[in-house]
Amino acid sequence: MSRFNPYRRRLLHALGASTALAAAGLPVSSFAAATTKPGRKLGRVVVIGAGFGGATAAKYLRKWSNGAIEVILIERNQQFVSCPASNEVLGGNRAYDSLVHSYDGLRKNWGIRLVHASVTGIDADRRRVRTDSAGDFQYDRLVLSPGFDFIYSGIAGYDAKAQETILHAWKAGPQTLALRKQLEDLTDGGTYVLSIPKAPYRCPPGPYERASQIAWYFKTHKPRSKVIVLDANDKVVSKEKLFLGVWESDYQGILEYRPRWNVVAVDAAKNIVTSELGDKERGDVLNLLPPQRAADIARTAGVINVNDRWADVDWISLESTAVKNIHVLGDALQAAPLMPKSGHMANQHGKAAAAAIVEILSGRDPQPTLMANTCYSLVDDKRAIHVCSVHRYHPEKKVPLVVEGSGGVSKEASAEEGIYTRAWATTIWKDTLT
Amino acid sequence: MQKLALALAGTLIALNALAEPRSAAVPPANIPYFAANCANCHGTDGRAVSAIPPLAGRDRAYLEETMKAYKTGARPATIMHQLAKGYTDEEIAILAEYFAKQK
Repeated sequence: MSRFNPYRRRLLHALGASTALAAAGLPVSSFAAATTKPGRKLGRVVVIGAGFGGATAAKYLRKWSNGAIEVILIERNQQFVSCPASNEVLGGNRAYDSLVHSYDGLRKNWGIRLVHASVTGIDADRRRVRTDSAGDFQYDRLVLSPGFDFIYSGIAGYDAKAQETILHAWKAGPQTLALRKQLEDLTDGGTYVLSIPKAPYRCPPGPYERASQIAWYFKTHKPRSKVIVLDANDKVVSKEKLFLGVWESDYQGILEYRPRWNVVAVDAAKNIVTSELGDKERGDVLNLLPPQRAADIARTAGVINVNDRWADVDWISLESTAVKNIHVLGDALQAAPLMPKSGHMANQHGKAAAAAIVEILSGRDPQPTLMANTCYSLVDDKRAIHVCSVHRYHPEKKVPLVVEGSGGVSKEASAEEGIYTRAWATTIWKDTLT
Repeated sequence: MQKLALALAGTLIALNALAEPRSAAVPPANIPYFAANCANCHGTDGRAVSAIPPLAGRDRAYLEETMKAYKTGARPATIMHQLAKGYTDEEIAILAEYFAKQK
């Protein structure tokens, strides 16, 4: 920990670090020195998972501590592949390569140490993270942004072999390309079946955007093909009127929507899914989204404490309510009311956690901050719709609540919002990764 | 000497007041944290990299009045009229001041 006296530290912070450094006769570029030789002035934070949550936390920890916090970012994948915008790839409206981004910006611009390895253990008492191939790492604070894993147990017949042909493509990557190939290989007149689990799951409007993108692809390339949406929920869970409106005006006869259709079994040999009521549906391409929970590493860390599924946190610091010194972000959280599991939200969680950790390691109390969400969905090759909300921490309920009167959805699908959708993706990738 | 000290103290208080005009809504040290909510769409520190308009270096009064006009509905928008309603006028003023100062 720093030996600065707290008052002086506050003063430096208030002045802004570069001003303070200049005033102290130090070169303003001393941050650059910190990037080449990470100092350990305020402590060390290990971040597990370099998705929207973890990568954002890592960047902003370095930015807001002016390099005084050492950050080690552990990620098993060599590159970032964006889930947002991956539905466009399925519709044939975006190149897959545009989803793939390097982690070099985090290394070069912010002096973050990237470690490509898998985490095999977390010792919260000794504050150590163990990896399979890069050794152990000691931390003062741990940020865990693990994403989700699937719950396969409720779907009979969905074994490892069935999972090879019946894809989810709900984590962008090889499955995105594989599902696109299945759609390209489908003969005109073939059927694509999408199964949606009960909420909560990653990206509430995502399945409906996917159905729209694939309906657009069929309409323009395979006009005799059909999209059948089997939804375990009672209704479209996000932007309902907007999606239903577009489906009626643009995809009538192509897209069929069936609510309260919960898949409980698959027959991979015959490509048939069965509902809990015994209804059956066959598809030439089956796309199954199983129910979800916080990823395995969250269990390893011991932070899953809601329904054996999600991680509960203190909403000021994003620190786990189960394990001290571990901050949890993103899809793995037991979400606050009306807070979606989105990449946008994970980015906001990353900033809130980074701010809190900078304050804590500086010897101050973290303060609650505002969080906002925006989710765009492209309904064809050009037009998009949005849902947005602003979440403010409620001091008595100790949870962020949607500010009354804020947020909402688009009036209608528009090309203008289509442009903003793609601009949003470009911007959040940069804000998260560079 | 005492007078000088008092005058100095007075100046410091005045400077302090200038530097922290709206400390009630967002403590000054937390303003960068607060403003980072905008960065997902408008770019880190409000430096846009896409079709979404930049905030960095824009005129402070313009930013403040535009946000307030979104909030009241006087100015039409695709999304900002909904997001602006999540912020108090005081917070909007703080954000406008912060982004106007970014290069």
